[in-house]
Amino acid sequence: MENAAIELKNITKRFGKVVANNNVSLSVQKGEILSLLGENGSGKTTLMNMISGIYFPDEGSIFIDGKEVVIRSPKDAFKYKIGMIHQHFKLVDVFSAAQNIILGYEDGESYNIKKVEEKVKEICDKYGFDINPKKKIYEMSVSEKQTVEILKVLYRGANILILDEPTAVLTPQETVKLFAILKKMKEDGKAIIIITHKLHEVLAISDKVTVLRKGEFIATVNTKDTNESELTEMMVGKKISLNIERNEPENTEKRLEIKNINCINREGVKLLDNISFIAQSGEILGIAGIAGSGQRELLEAIAGLQKLDSGEILYYNPKTGEIDNLVGKTPLQIRDLGVRLSFVPEDRLGMGLVGNMDIVDNMMLRSYRKGKTAFLERKEPKDLADTIIDRLKVVTPSTATPVRRLSGGNVQKVLVGREIAAAPTVLMAAYPVRGLDINSSYAIYNLLNEQKANGVAVIFVGEDLDVLIELCDKILVIGAGKITGIVDGRTATKEEIGLLMTKTDKIGGAENE
Amino acid sequence: MINTIFAFLNAAIIQGIPLLYGAVGEIITEKSGNLNLGIPGIMYVGGISGIIGGYLYEHSTSNMNPFLGILIPFLSCLLGSALIALIYCFLTITLRANQNVTGLALTTFGVGLGNFFGGSLLSFFGETGSISLYKTGGYFKAALPFYKNLGLFGETFLSFGFLAYLAILVAIVSNIVLKKTRVGLNLRAVGENPATADAAGISVTKYKYLSTLVGGMIAGLGGLYFVMDYTAGAWTNNGFGDRGWLAIAIVIFAIWKPASAIFSSFIFGGLYIICVYIPGLSSSAKELIKMLPYLVTIIVLILISMRKKRENQPPESLGLSYFREER
Amino acid sequence: MNSKTEHIKEPLFHITKRDQMIWYKQWIIRTIAILAALVVSGIVIMVLTKYNPLKVYAEMFKGSFGSSRKTWILLQNLAMLLCISLAVTPAFKMKFWNLGAEGQVLVGGLASAACMFYFKDSLPNAVLILIMLVGSIAAGIIWGVIPALFKAKWNTNESLFTLMMNYIAIQLVSFFIMVWVPSGSSVMGVINQSSEAGWLPIVFDQKYFLNILIVALLTAAMFVYLKYSKQGYEISVVGESQNTARYIGIDVKKVIIRTMVISGGVCGLAGFLLVSGTNHTISKELAGGMGFTAIMVSWLAKFNPVLMVITSFLIVFLQRGAGEIATAFRLNESVADILTGIILFFIIGCEFFINYKINFKKHKEVK
Repeated sequence: MENAAIELKNITKRFGKVVANNNVSLSVQKGEILSLLGENGSGKTTLMNMISGIYFPDEGSIFIDGKEVVIRSPKDAFKYKIGMIHQHFKLVDVFSAAQNIILGYEDGESYNIKKVEEKVKEICDKYGFDINPKKKIYEMSVSEKQTVEILKVLYRGANILILDEPTAVLTPQETVKLFAILKKMKEDGKAIIIITHKLHEVLAISDKVTVLRKGEFIATVNTKDTNESELTEMMVGKKISLNIERNEPENTEKRLEIKNINCINREGVKLLDNISFIAQSGEILGIAGIAGSGQRELLEAIAGLQKLDSGEILYYNPKTGEIDNLVGKTPLQIRDLGVRLSFVPEDRLGMGLVGNMDIVDNMMLRSYRKGKTAFLERKEPKDLADTIIDRLKVVTPSTATPVRRLSGGNVQKVLVGREIAAAPTVLMAAYPVRGLDINSSYAIYNLLNEQKANGVAVIFVGEDLDVLIELCDKILVIGAGKITGIVDGRTATKEEIGLLMTKTDKIGGAENE
Repeated sequence: MINTIFAFLNAAIIQGIPLLYGAVGEIITEKSGNLNLGIPGIMYVGGISGIIGGYLYEHSTSNMNPFLGILIPFLSCLLGSALIALIYCFLTITLRANQNVTGLALTTFGVGLGNFFGGSLLSFFGETGSISLYKTGGYFKAALPFYKNLGLFGETFLSFGFLAYLAILVAIVSNIVLKKTRVGLNLRAVGENPATADAAGISVTKYKYLSTLVGGMIAGLGGLYFVMDYTAGAWTNNGFGDRGWLAIAIVIFAIWKPASAIFSSFIFGGLYIICVYIPGLSSSAKELIKMLPYLVTIIVLILISMRKKRENQPPESLGLSYFREER
Repeated sequence: MNSKTEHIKEPLFHITKRDQMIWYKQWIIRTIAILAALVVSGIVIMVLTKYNPLKVYAEMFKGSFGSSRKTWILLQNLAMLLCISLAVTPAFKMKFWNLGAEGQVLVGGLASAACMFYFKDSLPNAVLILIMLVGSIAAGIIWGVIPALFKAKWNTNESLFTLMMNYIAIQLVSFFIMVWVPSGSSVMGVINQSSEAGWLPIVFDQKYFLNILIVALLTAAMFVYLKYSKQGYEISVVGESQNTARYIGIDVKKVIIRTMVISGGVCGLAGFLLVSGTNHTISKELAGGMGFTAIMVSWLAKFNPVLMVITSFLIVFLQRGAGEIATAFRLNESVADILTGIILFFIIGCEFFINYKINFKKHKEVK
């Protein structure tokens, strides 16, 4: 048999005590597309970073065309014609597409940007890309930036392409376009690895699938011999029945009413497109959608952090019975209206908490203004910290430990604990279990359920459809800033939601036409 | 009147040359993302290193060779500036120290070095008085022989020593390198987005070191021009004044473009001494006029921040050290 | 690295960020750095002067503490540097690079000098001093808040802005000296020499006592402000993460401006103390580079006002001591700057070993 374009044998990588990859092996032939499948945190990206020279494996070996190689830096990776397209684009904003493409590439020719531009055009024509090589990156849409990344590795004559979740940021049409291009590359003899956790894409594009789970190698199967439920089982280990408890909502009443809100960014893209819904007390409202479809903007708009172009956000005060419009108000003004709104943001250490401060000082973030004097009152926050550590079983040396030093799950418990302690009437949580282990995740689900039982209107933004279906009473699906559907959590199916997520009329605005 | 204007233009250029060296040196440094506030100190060191080289040569032989008389101070200037710039490099790049603090410390250190040797060089050799290398200064001041035939034009624009022309050449070459070469592209990438440059296989450390060293050496030449040409081989403590900070101001004024720095430097040089050429100014009004360069810089700084044109912004990672494994 | 590189499977060592190091280890590293710096400085002194460095250090010590007068001068210099360091600290904690302390001190001093010059002894001394105090603080605030306004509104680069403001302040001072001194000399004599109007009173027979007392109180106040006040807490949050600040409803722009009001105001106070309590005159060199040194003092002390007493002492001791040895050994006084530079480099450099860990890897051979 022909030598594999690239083969990994028994790769192990540890970060401190955490084993990111344990004894993983895979191989890709020329003219073949391999999907690397796994949930968030299963070690897919770490593995690929070792091929592209960003990390160095602790154990194991890498073979290119049957020869063992050592890849110590991105430069070494180029040498072996390996190109990685990262999830977070590595582009210089003030450079043009062509400048980014040639950056760091020593082709032995003298530097001439005109020639580069011409060559880029040639590659575009060959594979069907549509891009202006002179355009500056900061003027580009996400999909254009991704195109530049792909062109960058093709320009270097890469034979092995690694794409890290390439469709996460794309609209469905753009995804279709990308897949067509990938197929052309495959016909051209390239070996392609796609990192993903979307099953339908795996089935649509790849020849082989390698599945990772929590850093462990599970199996490699041929795509044509497998199906969605088999892959899912390999990915999550067992048929997914999460057994999250869900009680019937009690005493529901209108708490928050969103009416036709719109938000347009500087480039004219509609981040929120005429969104309307109602969040009721004693209910968990789930929000599903591809990452970056407007979930963040929606929550931040409710919290008073995102300016809106039009629309109303009405809060029905359970104490006074008054109705207040929150649009155009700052977080402080919202609080002063007596709106008890808690918000667990997606970016825990960059927004919800201050990493370098200790747990007590982080407890104060919400409450430090209490008291009439100009000085801080640390007694209550200290008690709260102790309570949360005790109740939520936060593992920490003491309350004086900077939260940056806690593990992901414990960080999240501190954050959620603080937000719940404010006795909210509305609780918003964005991806609250991302990166958490199973136990921590269930601890968070229980907390949300507890809040629901207390009559709080809970808004839960999630990515795992199984969780959404088992936890939420209602699920709102958004795609590209628009509501594409609202389903009942008790009757909805994953397929139904998946379909709504990728429903694609008029997505992306004028830029992608 | 015409004569005054030409004399002013001539003086503006003379004042502008050391600023131009400083500004170009700082632009090249900043393009790599290093905000080197040690440039004023480096310029002092450049000057004194040249003086030391010249002094040692002038005192080792009675029969001076003009070529060596220029080469030795020139090389010792480059060496001195490179060595002190190396301190900055090592601290900020290898040890990832805070750039502002390191730069300010370097300026303290460099100005101190300059003044220390300037004040005690002679006493090391058992002499007294102040340093005056008029022979070496003479070599540096030697102008094109035919400029006198060109009348007022020649007097105004061609009466300089070679370092003046070299300054303009360095600025133009730097501009070409930054804009039109692979090295320039890589360097700019390092300053804009080091993580991207790193991922593209460019050695961030190497580029930061190189550009800071080269930038320091260029800035050092500004000090050399000042002591050899402007003051004709004489050293006065603190004589160079705050020109180093003015050079940093020009970087902003020229919006990080070496070619624009040429005219900017002459404008700033002009503003620096214009008070002498405006007749009838009181001595207090002169002091107010001297504010102009700084005031203009602030206005430019505000304008570029208001307009937010991406090409005109400082390099994006300016002032930050790069650590690959930073989360 | 070396010719054996290809046999080594991975780089010789790699650097990782440390979790927080235990405080006493941090101070051990810093002490080692200072000792190393003293050794290097000793070598430099020996090379330059051929004197025994120990003798030189002894002389430095004598120069700083040799007499009660010298000790008081040292304490006075310490107080002034500390005062300016305290001034820049809240801004730095907020990650606002105020490189303009020099100018803020100058305009503060200028305001005091102007009051002394124009009011002469026409007002009761206590009233005059009060006017001077208010005027100085106001002037410092104006100088500090201008860059802050632009930072808040357009995110204008504050380090370059404040840097330029220094030179405008210097020219402003030069301008007024030219206006005030009839002879056209650029040096202003002592103002109100005979009436001593606007001079801070001498307490306990010590000219500098009041200055030192005020700065001591200020140090305590700043410590409490940063650590225990709500505003201090807001400064920390904004400095750590503007996103978090927004999230909890802190008005970031307001905090930036308010903090620069404090920073500029304390600088103005320093200017007042220098003019009214120390020099009784104004010159371009009023701040004498302390605006920049203060930045290093504050940074070295990790923005902790109490530690700043130690770091500013270290620097003042060096400068005073070096100044004394310069006279004693007939050296150029710039030796002080060189020694300060060397010490700073070592302390700046040693932070690396506190924040990062160097991991040496065992070599593995490829078969």
